[in-house]
Amino acid sequence: MKFIDYYKILGLDKSASQSEIKKAYRKLARKHHPDVNPNDKEAEKKFKEINEANEVLSDPEKRKKYDKYGKDWEHAEEFEKARASQQSAYGSGSQSYSQSYGEHDFSDFFESMFGGSGGFSGRGRARFRGQDLNAELKLHLRDVFTTHKQTLNVNGKNIRITVPAGIENGQTIKISGHGGPGHQGGPKGDLYITFGIINDTAFRRDGNNLYTTVNLDLYTALLGGEIMVNTFDGQVKLKVKPETQNGTKVKLKGKGFPVYKKQDVYGDLYITYNLVTPTNLTAKEKELFKELAKLRK
Amino acid sequence: MEQEYILITDFCTSHNIETHFVMELYEYGLVDVVVKEDTHYLPIQQLPKAEKILRLHSDLDINLEGIAVITRLLKRMEKMQNEITQLKNKLDLYK
Repeated sequence: MKFIDYYKILGLDKSASQSEIKKAYRKLARKHHPDVNPNDKEAEKKFKEINEANEVLSDPEKRKKYDKYGKDWEHAEEFEKARASQQSAYGSGSQSYSQSYGEHDFSDFFESMFGGSGGFSGRGRARFRGQDLNAELKLHLRDVFTTHKQTLNVNGKNIRITVPAGIENGQTIKISGHGGPGHQGGPKGDLYITFGIINDTAFRRDGNNLYTTVNLDLYTALLGGEIMVNTFDGQVKLKVKPETQNGTKVKLKGKGFPVYKKQDVYGDLYITYNLVTPTNLTAKEKELFKELAKLRK
Repeated sequence: MEQEYILITDFCTSHNIETHFVMELYEYGLVDVVVKEDTHYLPIQQLPKAEKILRLHSDLDINLEGIAVITRLLKRMEKMQNEITQLKNKLDLYK
C-alpha cells in the first residue's frame, strides 16, 4: 500500500490553513467534478482523490492523525486504540463505522488509516453521487432503423432502455440514475451506453444518408426504363433516363436513415449505377453490335 | 399526474432546500416548472437536471449564473462530441 500525499494532491504545503484547504479543494473540484466532465474516467478518479484529500485535511482530527502518522501509517492503529479507550473513558462510546460507503471510493491507504468507510465526522458534507457506469451495446444497422426497446444487463441488473432510431456508431447516451448507488444519501450515478453499430447491409451509412450501388443492364442504360431498387425498408420502382452513363448518381429523397430523435425525418439514399455490359454474346448479337459500331464511326 | 410530475415541495423536502431555490432555477431558465391549480410541480424528466444543478451548487459552490453557463457549455460539448463521432465514422468510410 502506498502512502498518499494529500497535501500534494491539493497543491498545498503542510502549514496550509483551513481556508486555504477549502479554496484549493473548491478550485480542483470545479475542474474535475464528474458533472462537468461527463464520461471522463480520469476526471472521476482525480475527483475521488481530491475528495479523499479534502475529507482528511478539512477535518482537524483526521488531519492531526494524518500529519502525525501519515508516512508511518502502520502505527495509526495504535493511535486509534488509544483514542477509542479515551472516548470510552468519557462514556461517549465510539461510533460504529457505517458500511454504506462504497468500499472502493476511498483508497486502501485511507481505509487503513481511518477505519474503512467510516470515520466521517457527520458534517453532512460527504454525500456523493454514485459511480457512473459504462456499457457497450452492439447492434446491427437494421436494429437502429426504428426506435425500439432493449433490455440490457448491467452488473446483474436488467435495465430496459429505449434505443432511438438513427443512433450513430460510437455514440454514447446517458441513462440518468442507473449507475452505482449514491453514498450517504447521495444520488445514484449515471449509466453511459456506447453503441457499436455493425453494418452488414449493402448500404454504406454516412450520418443520415445511405449509399448503395445498383447494377444497370446495357439496354436499360441506353434506352431508359424502369427498374426495381432495394431501399433500406423495401423495394421501390425507379425510372432510368435514356443514355444513362456508368457511375451516374441518383438521389432518392427521404429514403435514407432516420434522423436521430426527429420523428419521421429521414436522410436520403444515393444510388450509383454500375453499368453491366452483356457477356457470352451470340453470333447474331456480335453482328448487330458491329452494325451499331459502324453507325458511330 | 402523479406519474409525470413531482410536487416542488416534495422535491425540496427530500433535498433539504428551500422552494424559492427551485423557483429561482425556473427564473434562470434552468428547469421547467408546471403550475396546476396554484400548485407548483417539477416534471419528472427534469429531475436528473435539477439534481445535477443542486450538486454543482452545493459541491462546488457555483452560483446560478455559473450553472447556466456550465449547462450551456455542456450541451455544446455533447453536440460537438456527437459531431466528432459522426466525422470519425465518415473517415472510416474512406479507410
